[in-house]
Amino acid sequence: MNNPYLPYPVRIDSVVTETEDRNLKTFKFVFLNPEDEQKFKYNPGQFAELSIAGLGEIPIGIATSPTEKGFIKFTVNKVGKVTNHLHNMKEGDIMGVRGPLGNWYPWDALEGKNVVIIGGGFAFTTLRSSIVYMLDPANRSRFGDITVVYGARSPGLLLYKDELAAWEQRKDINMHITVDGTNDPNWKYNVGFVPAVTKQKAPSAENSYAIICGPPIMIKFTLPVLTELGFPPERIISSLEMRMKCGIGICGRCNIGSEYVCKDGPVFTLEQLSKLPNEY
Amino acid sequence: MSDIYISRGKFPEITGQLMARYRVYAPVLKGEYHEFAEIEKTEEADLGYQNTRLSPKGLFHPHAERMFEYSLVKDDPQAGILKEAPKDFSPRVVLGIRPCDAKAFQLDDVNFDTTAYQDPWWVRRRQTTTLIGLACNEPCGTCFCTSLGTGPFDTAGLDVLLVDTGEGYTAQVLTQKGKDVVGITSGWESVSRAVSEKMEGLRKSAEDSLGRQFDFDPIKQKDMLELFNASFWDEVQFACINCGTCTFLCPTCWCFDIQDEVWGDKGDRIRLWDSCMFPLFTFHGSGHNPRNQKLQRVRQRFMHKLKYYPDKYHNGAACVGCGRCVKFCPVNIDIREVVRRMSATCVCPA
Repeated sequence: MNNPYLPYPVRIDSVVTETEDRNLKTFKFVFLNPEDEQKFKYNPGQFAELSIAGLGEIPIGIATSPTEKGFIKFTVNKVGKVTNHLHNMKEGDIMGVRGPLGNWYPWDALEGKNVVIIGGGFAFTTLRSSIVYMLDPANRSRFGDITVVYGARSPGLLLYKDELAAWEQRKDINMHITVDGTNDPNWKYNVGFVPAVTKQKAPSAENSYAIICGPPIMIKFTLPVLTELGFPPERIISSLEMRMKCGIGICGRCNIGSEYVCKDGPVFTLEQLSKLPNEY
Repeated sequence: MSDIYISRGKFPEITGQLMARYRVYAPVLKGEYHEFAEIEKTEEADLGYQNTRLSPKGLFHPHAERMFEYSLVKDDPQAGILKEAPKDFSPRVVLGIRPCDAKAFQLDDVNFDTTAYQDPWWVRRRQTTTLIGLACNEPCGTCFCTSLGTGPFDTAGLDVLLVDTGEGYTAQVLTQKGKDVVGITSGWESVSRAVSEKMEGLRKSAEDSLGRQFDFDPIKQKDMLELFNASFWDEVQFACINCGTCTFLCPTCWCFDIQDEVWGDKGDRIRLWDSCMFPLFTFHGSGHNPRNQKLQRVRQRFMHKLKYYPDKYHNGAACVGCGRCVKFCPVNIDIREVVRRMSATCVCPA
């Protein structure tokens, strides 16, 4: 019997500090056993448990796209026991990854549709996965217009800066990068909160889905903007976070009403959430 | 296979025959209360018990269980790589389990054994364990099994059902596993008409003593959010001290935590029972806690058993009416009263 609690052993291949506050690092992992990589088949939107022997596990969204082969990446915020230890680990260290876990953004439903991606702060990891996935030459023609609104408090807190700059240069994706504020005289992009920038850029709701990930306050003020733009609740998709242990719907702690965020989620439409208790 | 009978005096021989082939777990008196434990002598099994204080869920989902072990020795190429901890899955017999507790394992199965994921330890223990139940001739005042689709003589979760008829025990063999287990024992007789009639009388009097204490069905029809937002939770939670006793004793509370423990350069990943009564249960790394209020936690426990679980699995309530939470709650919160509030179809004017 396959043991769903047993992590695949991985080696840290690289560590990149993403933000100027040094609280976010991206870890690139390579599977120790090549056959494990074959088993780890994922879709953008899924997460995994990062496992460190002696410390425990943490549920983290997968930041790479399945179109990127040979490795997986996770961007981890330093908050607790496991993440603090992980931030001190280095290239070559051995740890574990267990997954992929949870559901994913509804790629079949998104086919042939315009996709509006709205992200804030460090909740941009599975959104990066989604953008890379859609921009892959094999996939780009499957989707209509791609619009991205991504905000952080300051330029130094944006993730994946090189890729953001590269996407800005492309014609097949509309990028709207924004910061809450900056003193940088050379800042070329937007200044303003994500809800305001979304309203200003007003992506069309026609034949479109919106995927929104970010801090609760951003989501709270962006949802009315999307509704005003004409997005119905079944075409607004969000990904939730919850304290988790097993990640496979068994240990019981991450439920919202009858649904487990780890197994039935983390991706829910606004319509699904409206039928569940507001307890997240 | 028709029912069989053995006199009380000969029953220890049956227990002994089982012990020769299986690990046998039975109710054993420890201090003031009974609990299920592996027996080494036939006389340790006390089938005259009422019920155990702690449900027997620990037989399949131990209170603390080693999941994996690992080395942390520097320069060991295997350091930090988790290996399965060895466990004993040799065949077991659980002797004298109550029908409600056996039924609870079936309700828990839908959580541990799903199409997507199988909890390997739960599933293997279920496969290698035979449940020989003991009917409840005298249910306690806190029992309400018959109100939730099970009962003192319910065979649903069992492989064999024993009934204590005074001078002896009848055995009803219910499954192939039951047949295999009974097959290695000897000394049984056929059931006489008098014993059969006595057994039927015991069943009837036990069921009648329980009555129907509430009607669960209206809860199934109700809207989840309507129940979630009901005002009565404030009264339900008022006296609760979030001690977690109900969740620890309950046969259908399976929630667990996973922790790593390290001794020197070796470590284990273990799982431990956890409880939705505790604020840490849902405490995010960010500091946010979706259930930071006592009311939210109390509501979660009852809503999970009586609404979320039934809605998710269409398997009835995640409660078998064993009454442990009623009997041992230090502030007298009674789940039967909560069911009545949740199922009420009218609000009486004040």
